[in-house]
Amino acid sequence: MTVYAAPGTAGSIVEYKSRYDNFIGGEYVPPVKGQYFENITPVTGRPFTEISRGTAEDVERAVDAAEGASAAWGRTPPADRALVLNRIADRIEANLEQLAVAESWENGKPVRETLAADLPLAVDHFRYFAAAIRSQEGHSSQLDGDTVAYHFHEPLGVVGQIIPWNFPILMAVWKLAPALAAGNAVVLKPAEQTPASIHLLVDLITDLLPPGVLNVVNGFGVEVGKPLAQNKRIRKVAFTGETTTGRLIMQYASENLIPVTLELGGKSPNIFFSDVAAADDAFYDKALEGFTLFALNSGEVCTCPSRALIQSDIYDDFLGAAIERTRRITTGNPLDTATQIGAQASNDQLEKILSYIDIGKQEGARVALGGERLVHDGDLAGGYYVAPTIFEGHNKLRIFQEEIFGPVVSVARFDGYDDAIKTANDTLYGLGAGVWSRNGNTAYRAGRDIQAGRVWVNNYHAYPAHAAFGGYKQSGFGRENHQMMLDHYQQTKNLLVSYSENALGLF
Amino acid sequence: MAGDADRPERVSLTEKAAQLLARLTETHGPLMFHQSGGCCDGSSPMCYPDGDFRLGNSDVHLGDLHVGGIERPVSVWMSESQFEYWRHTHLTIDVVPGRGSGFSVEAPEGVRFLIRSRLLTDEELARLGS
Repeated sequence: MTVYAAPGTAGSIVEYKSRYDNFIGGEYVPPVKGQYFENITPVTGRPFTEISRGTAEDVERAVDAAEGASAAWGRTPPADRALVLNRIADRIEANLEQLAVAESWENGKPVRETLAADLPLAVDHFRYFAAAIRSQEGHSSQLDGDTVAYHFHEPLGVVGQIIPWNFPILMAVWKLAPALAAGNAVVLKPAEQTPASIHLLVDLITDLLPPGVLNVVNGFGVEVGKPLAQNKRIRKVAFTGETTTGRLIMQYASENLIPVTLELGGKSPNIFFSDVAAADDAFYDKALEGFTLFALNSGEVCTCPSRALIQSDIYDDFLGAAIERTRRITTGNPLDTATQIGAQASNDQLEKILSYIDIGKQEGARVALGGERLVHDGDLAGGYYVAPTIFEGHNKLRIFQEEIFGPVVSVARFDGYDDAIKTANDTLYGLGAGVWSRNGNTAYRAGRDIQAGRVWVNNYHAYPAHAAFGGYKQSGFGRENHQMMLDHYQQTKNLLVSYSENALGLF
Repeated sequence: MAGDADRPERVSLTEKAAQLLARLTETHGPLMFHQSGGCCDGSSPMCYPDGDFRLGNSDVHLGDLHVGGIERPVSVWMSESQFEYWRHTHLTIDVVPGRGSGFSVEAPEGVRFLIRSRLLTDEELARLGS
């Protein structure tokens, strides 16, 4: 067990600059309007560095730099681009511990997660897309004896990427790796809640990328995200966030006739069929852990299994054991490797979660565990902590229908297969789902009947590269985390070639 | 629907939120709200310059907020599909210290609009006809 020293105190392995400017054209440049804002750690609620407050003028500069770099980067041989991605992966891996601590400090998530998941996955993601771009092939079709259609993958040019705050580095990497592999130049906007750790990463890899291929403009959504999404010179926007901003981004994209990919969250069902309790064995233990995964990353995951549906005949026993399992979760200092749940990412997130706990109680849901803010001692007293919370109720309640984005699960019972699927699909969203059963046929059928882009069967919250991730219904579109994402950052060039010596004979 | 004196309101706002709206209107002109759902900053009211967010057939008008010092009321909207799950609750728009959200205009002020909810009473629901 290790407790990492807080950044800014003696012995910390993380050192921040006192302020971070915008990263444009391969160097840090101050924002045109000269404004900055404080970056707060949710661990203590106190600021730890300053971040540039960019504006439309900075976005224009970044797009200038990206335009200047995109043609050469797009012509760079795939093997060379892959090599750059592999070097970025190596650089992250060599600094993994430092970045993991920074990511925990930035977002409030426990360092055991950033050490074991966020950063190793980011490393692997660059390697995956390095491999994917090297092995990508175009297609050719022989249309007749003298005519051949060649299909080449070509980059889009300059793309805009708007990153969420729940996995500040990993979500940036999910978007960056395929875009860079495909030969695009990027203008990236980090979340205003969590901009600093991306800059630690940028600092590490500045020498690996040609200037202008990656540009980062910090600031608020309305001042940076909006002019980026509206910019007439970008060829695509990728966004992870919520539905109203998703719609707005599509509206802007429609004005410029450019494609978007959107990942907009969910209210993912986690279904436990009776046979999981057929024996009190390792699989039963695994299923109970699967229930408790709602608390992973403090519930701040788009695919948080925030609706647990348990078959009636095992409901009481299974839920009783699941409550005990959840009660044992260790909460506290995110920089302690023994901590399982850290802080929520921001004060407004904390307030929102508490407002949902309030409406859940008003609607008559029963609080089976938690249901309150946690206040820790010492430096953590000002941080944003919530007790893991289990509600019992029914699927029409608002806490069953809205993404709370906290360590809150809403539990309901179901009677039989059809009832399970009907309840699971009674939601606006379709991002993730979990199915737990010892019966392969049941698990397969349920997995196919649930309207969601990712269904975990007898596991949950695994995010390996090469398994496509994206939404059905109002959860958005596009498939990240898979080589098919290359298609979202490329356009197809068809070269239609005649090898005939003879005229058509028409004129 | 709002403005009809006999009809109960579905949405209101706190004094703090009203003061912020008055300030924001000076900077951004007339404003509107669209209630968001989904990930990260979802489940929050997004405040935009009026007309910046294009409304469509899929949106429901929850009401108009009359704020002292602002000439035009601030309209509040939500997608119809989301409204189906929210219609039994009354919403109060509040404001808390926070750090940004989507393209909502209050974020650079270091605050965030937030929804507080209560159940509509049976009488209110009957009068709303829902």
